[in-house]
This record gives sequence, C-alpha cells and structure tokens, in this order.
Amino acid sequence: MTTQRPTGPVIVTRGLTRHFKVNKTHVEAVRGLDLTIDQGELVAFLGPNGAGKSTTLRMLTTLLAPTSGTASVAGHDVSDAPRAVRRAIGYVGQGNGASHQQRGRDELISQGRAHGLSRAAARERAAELVADLDLEAVADRKVASLSGGQRRRLDIAMGLVHLPRVLFLDEPSTGLDPQNRANLQALVQRLHGETGSTIVLTTHYLEEADALAERVVVIDHGRVIADDSASRLKTRLGDRVLLGFASATDAARAAERAARLPDATVSVTGEQVEVRAPGAHQAVAGLLADLHAARLTATGVEVSRPTLDDVFLDLTGRSLREANEQQSTTDAPTEGEAA
Amino acid sequence: MTTLTASPAPELTADVPASSFWADTWNVMTRELKPLWREPASVLFAMVQPLVFLGLFAPLLPEVSEGSALQWFVPGIVAMTCLMGASFTGANLSDEMISGSHERMLVSPLSRSSLLVGRACKEIVPMLMQTALILVVVTPFSFDLHLGGVLVGVAMLALFSIGVGSLSFALALVSEGQEWLFWTVQQTLIFPVLLLAGILLPLEGAPGWLRFLSDLNPLTYVVEAQRELFAGIWHADVVAAGFAGGAVVAAFGIWVGVRGMRRA
Repeated sequence: MTTQRPTGPVIVTRGLTRHFKVNKTHVEAVRGLDLTIDQGELVAFLGPNGAGKSTTLRMLTTLLAPTSGTASVAGHDVSDAPRAVRRAIGYVGQGNGASHQQRGRDELISQGRAHGLSRAAARERAAELVADLDLEAVADRKVASLSGGQRRRLDIAMGLVHLPRVLFLDEPSTGLDPQNRANLQALVQRLHGETGSTIVLTTHYLEEADALAERVVVIDHGRVIADDSASRLKTRLGDRVLLGFASATDAARAAERAARLPDATVSVTGEQVEVRAPGAHQAVAGLLADLHAARLTATGVEVSRPTLDDVFLDLTGRSLREANEQQSTTDAPTEGEAA
Repeated sequence: MTTLTASPAPELTADVPASSFWADTWNVMTRELKPLWREPASVLFAMVQPLVFLGLFAPLLPEVSEGSALQWFVPGIVAMTCLMGASFTGANLSDEMISGSHERMLVSPLSRSSLLVGRACKEIVPMLMQTALILVVVTPFSFDLHLGGVLVGVAMLALFSIGVGSLSFALALVSEGQEWLFWTVQQTLIFPVLLLAGILLPLEGAPGWLRFLSDLNPLTYVVEAQRELFAGIWHADVVAAGFAGGAVVAAFGIWVGVRGMRRA
C-alpha cells in the first residue's frame, strides 16, 4: 500500500452544542461535546434514539450549524470552511441518497461526477460498486421500484463512490436483513483496512458497535458518557458467572468463598449465586475447584461475558432497549424531525 | 466483493479538488436531465392542462380579423406550458428533500448556488420539447410557422423558465416539512398569473384595475412578444419588453432561489 496515512486528529470538537426549538419547547440535543478522533480510527457512536448521535453527525457534515462550540473536520472548521470540509468527507445519511426518480447507476455516476471523477472514471467506479454491493439486477431500474434493503445498499454504494479521508455513516444498517448487515460490516472493515479512512458511524445496535468499531463513544442525552474500546468497556464491568446449588445453605456458603475473587460483586438469590468480576471467565475454573474442595458442588454453571447492553445499563441505569422505547413514547423530537 | 478499492487508492482518498461554479452547475443540470432522458414521455405530464385548453378552448375563440384564432392562441399556450412545467418542478426537489437525496447533494462538494442554478437551467429542455410538440400538433391547422420568430421566442421563454423554476425551488425549500404549502401556493398563484397575462382571453376590453394588474405581470410582456414573434412580426420595443419581462423573472427567481439554497 503506497497511500500515505497522515496521523493526528482529524475530527476535533470543543464544547459542541446544538439546541432546537420544537413546539416552543427547548431541546438540548447535543450538550458540550468534546471529542478527538484520529486519522484512521473506526468509531461508533452508540446510544438510544434521540441521544444526539445524528445531530452530532449533521454538525460534523456541515448540514447543521452548531449553537455553540466548535468542530473541525480534516483540519477545517465546519462553520468557517464548510466547502473544504465537504471536499474531504463522505456521508451516508439515514434517508435515501439516490433520488427515487432516477436510476441507481445514473445516480452513482452523478455522484462520482460531483466528486471530481471524469465521466469514464465515474462510470467505471459505478460498475465496480454495483458488482460489489450486489446491485446488478436493480442498478438500471428506477430507484422507486427497489426494496428497502436494495435502496440501503445503493445508499452505501453512493457513499463509497469516492473514498474520502473521513466517512460518516448514519445508522447504515437500518433496514438491512441479518445477511446484508453482516455484509455491510465486512465491507466497512475492509474499506477501513484498505484505505486508512477514518470512519464514524452511529448505531443503536450494540452488536454492531461491538463487532465493528475499535472505539465506542456512548452518547446519552446529548453527552458522552463513555469513550473506550468495546473490550475495555466490557472488561471494566466484569464477567458474570451464575452458579446453581442443591440448597440455599450451599449457595450462601459458596457466595462467601466467591467473594474472595478480586473485585467481585456477589449476590445470592435462593439457590443461585451471581458473581460479577473482571476476568471471571478464567477465574471460574479455579473457583469451582475451590468450592469442590469445600464440598460444595455446583449443579449448574453459566458464564457470560458482558454485552454493551450491560455496559449501557451500568452507565445509565437503563437498558438500551428501555431507552429506545422511552424515547419513542415521549414527545421529544427524533433527531431527524428536529433537524 | 473484491473490487472495492480496485482503482488506485492514493487519488481516491485524496480530497476532491475545487471545481468552478459552471462545472458544478453542469453536473447538477445533467443529473436533473437523466430521468427525462430515460423517460422522454414524462414531459407530457405538465402538458395535460395546456393541451386540454388547446383542444377544447381554442375552438370556442371567435375568428379575428387580422389572422386565425389559433395563431393568436398558440403562443399563449406555449407560455402556459412553460409556466406549468417550471412551476411544478419544485415538487421534485420536495420529494428529494423527503427521501434524503437532497441532503446527500448538500454534503457533496457542489456549491449551493450551482445546486439551484443547475436545476433551474434544466427547465429549458422540457420547455423546448413541449414547444416543439405543440407546434407539430398545430401547424397542420390554421397556424403559420415562422421559425425565426419561434427561435427568438423560445430564447425568451428559456429565461422565463429559469426564473419560474427557481421560484418553484425556493417555494419547495421554504415548504420543508409542510409539503401542502407548496401545492397551495403554486395552485393559488398560477391561475391569476395566467389570466392576467391575457393567455386565455385578450384583456383589451378589461376594466382599468384589471389592466393595471396585467401591466404589473411580467408574463404579459412575454406573451405579447411571443404572439408577434410566432406570427413573424418584429417590433423591437415589443421584443425588448418581452426579454425584459423574462430577465426580470429570471433575476428575481435566481436571487430568491440561491438565498434559499444557501440557507439550506
């Protein structure tokens, strides 16, 4: 690979804030965001609907002016030099990038032309992407006649026509079936590996943030509540070991011994003992041997690594699913409407 | 899936070079023309009403002394088609604002003003196709084709189309999130503008206040010039007034439209 990979920060926000007025209510969608993302990072913004992820992305892509604070992308301020920012980025929004009245291939070519490709290069690039995203059968049809999943793949193809220094993907997998979702993840990772682009995506799927991103920025109520690698976020929380015993007395005695594990939190419910401790998936073998020596035989063992859902629950006191449901039942605007 | 970055990577990950306003405008215009190129018959949609008037209204017109009624009526119908087509065009932008493709264009390196001007310039093409179609339909009847006059007339209508198209886009931009507003305003304005321009009936015998309003309507001057040009009559003052009318609409439309697009 001969591409020069510049290092150093490519996205910097300081006190980035955006307020909306919706039906005379003041909504603080993003509150004082401080973020630094280096060239080549693959970052997921994770949070429930309405957390401020998309609003942040819309500010970084120059679609929305910040209420206060600053943001720079690829070395250019989003408010002072929006066109310079637009020359350096790619963006796949939540909607359909391709017009419903156009043919998919025509839109891919137009997009290439808009991004400085010659007519021949744009045509060639469109053909590559049509093949890559499995769109051969539908590329020459009117976009309005495509299924939701086909349109979403076309949207992603539109975002990849030029390979920008910074690529923003706003909920890229929404509307895709599990097969295509897996394809998308593979595509994003391959793109990242091959081009060294910085990729920022938003998602409210924990599995996706977990599977894709090296760095997860958890956003809730317009603020960053955690910012770390997925594995470190989970390690901090510790693994969960569930042990079953023949009697409640055995369970109580086992709990005493389990509490000796470093940093362990232990709770007993009837004949069940729940142990949470960092690295417990490895420590569990020793624990079982220790319990056996004390004539305490477990009747069942279940070890689970924490999910990002557990992380979110730990950070906010709500599960991500609850947070999404809460959001949809309140009158607060979704990010799209507010914009 | 092996060709993701088959093209040389260094150029692809470089920033998009700066481009000129005219190159951007050309890209926007050619994109806009693609659906028309794929489905040329779509120009007929905006022509339904004018063709109804041509078929069902023109025969009702009394014969006039200095030529056939058709000779008088056709230039107005051409202007009406142009007004209809260009004023509908904002609906396409509305659709793209709803679907998300307008947002995609806003994040592209294309300049805001080219996004408006390119779209507006595209209106010339359907206008030319529609005018040609009307002339093909009426020439076998009592209509004399004066090609030189028609060509100059069409150049004037191109200015008018750009202006009306820009206003339609501006209306679509302010109607974001309340699309009913677009249709309400468009439908409310279109018939007064048509009637006051004397397209359907001459305004010679109209009351003073009506003639005053008609004099304020730029389309009045465009239609008067079209009638003379289509009949092969050349009066410099009438042609100049027609071009002035078209230019005023074009300048005002682009000014309003570009302001709207810059705010988007």
